[in-house]
Amino acid sequence: MTAEPVIAVEGLVKRFGAFTAVDGVSFTVGRGEVVGYLGPNGCGKTTTIRILLGLLRPTAGSASVLGFDVQRDAERIRPNVGYMSQRFALYEELTVAENLAFYAGLYGRERHDVAERVGVADRLDVRAGALSGGWRQRLALGIALVHNPPLLFLDEPTSGVDPEARRAFWDIIYDLAAEGTTVFVSTHYMDEAEHCHRLGIMNAGRLLALDAPHVLKATRVAGPAWDVSAEPLLPLLEALGRIEGVANVSLLGDHAHAVTRQGAHDAASLRAALAGVGFGDVVVREAEVTLEDVFTALAGRGV
Amino acid sequence: MTVIAATAPLIEADGLHKSFGDTAAVRGVSLTVRPGEAYGLVGADGAGKTTLMRLLVGALRMDAGHARIDGHDVVTDTERARSRLGYLAQRFSMYGDLTVAENVRFFGASRGVAGDELARRSTYLLHFVGLAGVEDRLAGVLSGGMKQKLGLACALLHEPRVVLLDEPTGGLDPLTRQDFWQLIIRLLADGVAVLVSTPYMDEAVRCTRLGFLHEGRVLREGSPRELTAPLDGRILELVAAPRRTVQAVVRADPDVEDVAAFGERYHVRVRAAAGPLERLPRALAAAGASFTALRTIAPTLEDAFIALLAEGRSDRRHGIEL
Repeated sequence: MTAEPVIAVEGLVKRFGAFTAVDGVSFTVGRGEVVGYLGPNGCGKTTTIRILLGLLRPTAGSASVLGFDVQRDAERIRPNVGYMSQRFALYEELTVAENLAFYAGLYGRERHDVAERVGVADRLDVRAGALSGGWRQRLALGIALVHNPPLLFLDEPTSGVDPEARRAFWDIIYDLAAEGTTVFVSTHYMDEAEHCHRLGIMNAGRLLALDAPHVLKATRVAGPAWDVSAEPLLPLLEALGRIEGVANVSLLGDHAHAVTRQGAHDAASLRAALAGVGFGDVVVREAEVTLEDVFTALAGRGV
Repeated sequence: MTVIAATAPLIEADGLHKSFGDTAAVRGVSLTVRPGEAYGLVGADGAGKTTLMRLLVGALRMDAGHARIDGHDVVTDTERARSRLGYLAQRFSMYGDLTVAENVRFFGASRGVAGDELARRSTYLLHFVGLAGVEDRLAGVLSGGMKQKLGLACALLHEPRVVLLDEPTGGLDPLTRQDFWQLIIRLLADGVAVLVSTPYMDEAVRCTRLGFLHEGRVLREGSPRELTAPLDGRILELVAAPRRTVQAVVRADPDVEDVAAFGERYHVRVRAAAGPLERLPRALAAAGASFTALRTIAPTLEDAFIALLAEGRSDRRHGIEL
């Protein structure tokens, strides 16, 4: 057993002119881990992946992938990793089997169970152009896996598929991880981020935290969360934000969602504080802390 | 009669159908959106969200059915219907080499808003969306969130009573998304009707009412709470390992309907919670799995959507056409 990380990044910086896309990022990813990178478009997710693929040179810092340095050994990295980008290229006129065979030919090697692994074995003769969103995603994953790489990069892999297809996709990812494939996923959606074993929160080029989603929720926000219902809604948001001990307020459908500092409030004291500013008919229920609460706590603009 | 006029629906779709060749994109969609409501269309790519919006703005002609915007038929009275609505398309096209203010003036002119009226509204709207102070910046260098806010300002220039937003916050950070949704809520407070599409449940939960769109049909509609209510007390969160053993043991329980993995946690959908809460810890231990925690949690919209899709399949198996 070797404990050498599959990805090791130390003090990584990437500047484009005056713009700093990646700003001093360090982390490691171990074998069989599913690690996510959560952040908005433009936060440095894709730049990081392109550095790790050996496509971009870092301005400063170091990164190694599968033991290969991204600057010195870039050409040894790419044959050993799979990459599924958001806008994956399928040959629409070719069948599922022909798409897989074509990409296997490019790499010069093929994992023979790939169609079974991604669940397209009963659709081998279907033209890629005739597949629906969920099946296209599976085929794209198959293409990323066709040369049996030990490391897989997924860039927003389940954008735009229905939740059932998303869960099925993640079941495949977990199977791969259980067999030792390491998976690095970028996403800007909280729903998808929940699936990762560990999750990095990215904003403006900085990695603000990296831990299991439930640990982030337990340790990175000020305290418990509450769903608060009263009318009218926007004044309610403002009133909540002014209450002592409230760390953050956001809008969640027809009600407000508030995070309070540890020990500052219970449902009764929140109701009392709101009654004091004219909200008589208020329903307060304890709620789950969300990844959005985590992002807000880390990226700033608390109350 | 003014009372009726005030609450009359601003968006009405009745039995809309639209096919492209052999592909039926929208298959009998009816919905109404009243003043002050944000109606969310939730579904995957290809579910029919964008086609439905394009039917409602009169950009596409429906094969069957009717649609009215503020009482005006979008086919027979297209111009008046369009004058009542603002539309932010998924790929909003602005002029990257014009400034923010120039873009607003251009869109104002194309909507027939000019002179002092345009100056007044553009000042108000740029302030409203939070772009006051960047009027002279080129639109092409704005951040993604600012571009969407500019798009919204342009869509609101003619003071529409109906606003259609096609996946308006894709790719934006949570703080900007919060800002954008607070703008939507302020429109609702003014009595505007909003129809907004999204593939993601964490967005959908912000709407006052939702329709789950699947293969061109609205499977069910209601408020987020109404949609999740049938699953109250029926979603358990389980923490245990390893995955294969956990899934096998959980699926074998007679009261379990579905199990889904989220990292090292599982959402287990059950017919009733009491049995599994008692049985699963013992069954997992007996199978050699490590058991950490099991508790009832509030159902999410994703849980509700998946339960609905599963229900649909089981109905079809029993010969019931949806």
